[in-house]
Amino acid sequence: MTTEIAFWILALVMVGAALGVVLLRDIFRAALLLVLCFFTVAGIYITLNADFLAAVQVLIYVGAIGILLMFAIMLTRNVQRGNPFNRLNGPALLLAFLIMIIIISVVAATDWPSITAVPQQAVGVAVDEPTTGHIAEALFSKDNGFVLPFEIASVLLLAALIGAVVLVRRKDKE
Amino acid sequence: MSLGIEHYLILSAVLFSIGLYGALAKRNAVAILMCIEIMLNAVNIAMVAFSRYLVPDVVMLTGHVFAIFIMTVAAAEAAVGLAIIIAIYRSRQSVDVEEMDLMKW
Repeated sequence: MTTEIAFWILALVMVGAALGVVLLRDIFRAALLLVLCFFTVAGIYITLNADFLAAVQVLIYVGAIGILLMFAIMLTRNVQRGNPFNRLNGPALLLAFLIMIIIISVVAATDWPSITAVPQQAVGVAVDEPTTGHIAEALFSKDNGFVLPFEIASVLLLAALIGAVVLVRRKDKE
Repeated sequence: MSLGIEHYLILSAVLFSIGLYGALAKRNAVAILMCIEIMLNAVNIAMVAFSRYLVPDVVMLTGHVFAIFIMTVAAAEAAVGLAIIIAIYRSRQSVDVEEMDLMKW
């Protein structure tokens, strides 16, 4: 019962904050609402028994990406312009609304199947148990883990790091 | 009515659509990047919801692993995207996507 109350509160705050990100004129306030939206997503993860992901969400999205976005806004802010819509406002609204209607009707029409046993390939944890150690098991197990994607992700992060430094380096001093 | 996978998927669909609308309709490049982050979060919610509700009373962790990879890529994308936006702002003094027409012929 408490989970349901938490879900509805979090869902309402999340959708309100996301609408604020899109509709507000002041882009700095939009970024603050985006951080609130990230926090509510972390809460939603907790209602789904994903404790590790909730912590990662707060660390990466709220901590890193939120701060990065605010830096970018302050470095590029056009005070007089604000955060207006472009001339595709009408078609974009129509398209987004259509896609939402399609996804919701498909979700409502599907009779969601329930598997009774955990498949061979997957790692399962009982509800109300911490997931952190088992995520390591699922990531790094020898037979069906994700070791190669993990290594590729580290190379991707290195490439992104170097790319960001190269892109914003001042070139006029050479 | 107890919570089921439909609640989370519909929440994810609503969040994704809001992000899509913003990404298509905003003029500020930083706002577009923020809306893309909203869309990625919506996808993550769907992933975690599937991993929780596919087998009753068991959390399957493959969805969590996928969500972690999406977060990694989203962090890299945000860093590179913001670096590109700042580089464009330096050369053109604007982050308005309707003025970024260098590659248009």
